[in-house]
Amino acid sequence: MLYFIEQSLNGIQLGMLLFLLAAGLTLIFGIMDLVNLAHGSLYMIGAYFAATFAEWTDSFVLGAILALVATLAVGMTLEVIAIRPLYGRNHLDHVLGTFGLLLFFNELVRLIWGPAGMTLSLPSEMLNAVQILPGVFYPVYRLVIIGVTLAVALLLYVLVMRTRIGMLIRAGASNREMVGALGINIKLLYTLVFGLGATLAGFAGLMQAPILTVQIGMGENILILAFVVIIIGGIGSIRGAFVAALLVGLIDTVGRAFLPDLLHEYLSESASASLGPALSSMSIYMLMAIVLVVRPEGLFPATSK
Amino acid sequence: MSSWRNSWRGGWLSPRVAINAVLLIVLALVPVYAVLTGDPFVMTLFTRVLILAIAALSLNLIMGFGGMVSFGHAAYLGIGGYAVGILAKEGIGSGFVQWPVAIAASALYALIVGALSLRTRGVYFIMITLAFAQMVYYVAIGLDRYGGDDGLTIYQRSRFGDFIDLNDKALFYYLCFALLLASIYLVWRIVNSRFGLVIRGARSNERRMRAIGFPTFRYKLVCFVIAGAMCGLAGALLANHTNFISPSMMHWTRSGDLMVMAVLGGMYAMFGPLIGAMTFLLLEESLSRVTDYPNLVLGPLLLLVAIYVHGGIDGLITGARRG
Repeated sequence: MLYFIEQSLNGIQLGMLLFLLAAGLTLIFGIMDLVNLAHGSLYMIGAYFAATFAEWTDSFVLGAILALVATLAVGMTLEVIAIRPLYGRNHLDHVLGTFGLLLFFNELVRLIWGPAGMTLSLPSEMLNAVQILPGVFYPVYRLVIIGVTLAVALLLYVLVMRTRIGMLIRAGASNREMVGALGINIKLLYTLVFGLGATLAGFAGLMQAPILTVQIGMGENILILAFVVIIIGGIGSIRGAFVAALLVGLIDTVGRAFLPDLLHEYLSESASASLGPALSSMSIYMLMAIVLVVRPEGLFPATSK
Repeated sequence: MSSWRNSWRGGWLSPRVAINAVLLIVLALVPVYAVLTGDPFVMTLFTRVLILAIAALSLNLIMGFGGMVSFGHAAYLGIGGYAVGILAKEGIGSGFVQWPVAIAASALYALIVGALSLRTRGVYFIMITLAFAQMVYYVAIGLDRYGGDDGLTIYQRSRFGDFIDLNDKALFYYLCFALLLASIYLVWRIVNSRFGLVIRGARSNERRMRAIGFPTFRYKLVCFVIAGAMCGLAGALLANHTNFISPSMMHWTRSGDLMVMAVLGGMYAMFGPLIGAMTFLLLEESLSRVTDYPNLVLGPLLLLVAIYVHGGIDGLITGARRG
């Protein structure tokens, strides 16, 4: 039971990081109609920036803040130079172009930081574990991730639903020509939205960095998980992304922790040992397939937001 | 669209036909060159070109002609490869068993993925095919008995009796070449058949095709399965070529490579995927000889192609304009 609580918390923590990635992706897709495969690169760049700046400033928090600013700058520059010509083109062009960007960023990181990975070390007070329930100890840093990402999610909600810029973002998503015709600088709006998405991705990367190593291609596999989240949640819906991210995070983590044991109850040791890892990594894709059969547009189709 | 149709029909002795003819002659002479110079590397590289051209061709059948932008095509390469590798490890070395199993397994996977993903369209379809391929990738990592993350060495290539010995590199090259030509012919026949007309019709206006009574879902699914089976064969060839299988052969960036090949060569041309595969692999090879960071050039190049070039290299040859 204690193990279950711990694994569930791990699942929530993974889900929150996935939400940060998926929210950016879904915003960019919902508003600019752009499929961005380079989103994982921004996740990676955020982590590399944080590791570098934390080394320079000797402070995790300061390094993280500087990294966010730097990722925002990279994102907005990227949008102006490379992404802008892709708007209004078909999705295949987006895939091809942003795939090229992904190759470019991986290579650029290898050129600047070298092929070896980096580590981002935490301040000592975050290394400990706290007792969250009698007998259950949990690492402080993972709790910090959950807390901070929840705060970011709330902030994002307020930004999109309660501010003028959020109103413009939502208006841009439903009718971009009309927003442009009403005198809003739609180009600037797009750059801002892309920058916001980039910062969210970079934030996810730097939060995850102390748990895993900072390395080239670290954003590639988690990007696909973020895609799964978007498909389940419904493309363009931030609320859907939030629910689906938690669902995917929980099912993936808890499945990996318990499915092999569960199989062991019914199958022989060797069969469960070989099937367990394979089956548990399939679980979230099964969930996706089921959602597709029942609701092809995802759990929260964007039109109903 | 009209420029597409004109360039599609082409004519005898058009630039496109001339280039294709030269290309075929060059490809046919690669083993001769390798024997004369005693340099087997070129033949190894071009064997890879031929195999990946089959894969890109199968992708182009659904993507270029069918409008189904599948981003999970490397999964079929992996399934075909793993069918050969797993059977070889379990002591079944006959190619007469291995290759049909590779094709059938890929077709079955395509049937399941197609039945689920063809319910959706647009960007959903891209992401879903991508996600399912990633699932296969993780399943392969979980297969501890067959090497897991590290992959599996295939100690003996598929055996086809006494007549065909796949260890003979030139023979294997010509086998791949023949299979590529057969695949191009097959795709050409499919695209120009009544079936192909329905597929192309569904690409330009699916609602209208349904309105005049074609169950487009079934047509597209069959097309999707044919493409999967063809790519499964390419996977079996690739496993025999490298004598090695690993999950990395179906990492999603490999799917991206296949897509790049299809788009780069020109999606609306029969020889487009071959030209694309050749250009991509040769470019990769020569760039990595000049610089330690080939993708610093290749990446932005892809972006430029996506922004400025319509119809890939074939479009440049035939002068297609953005339609």
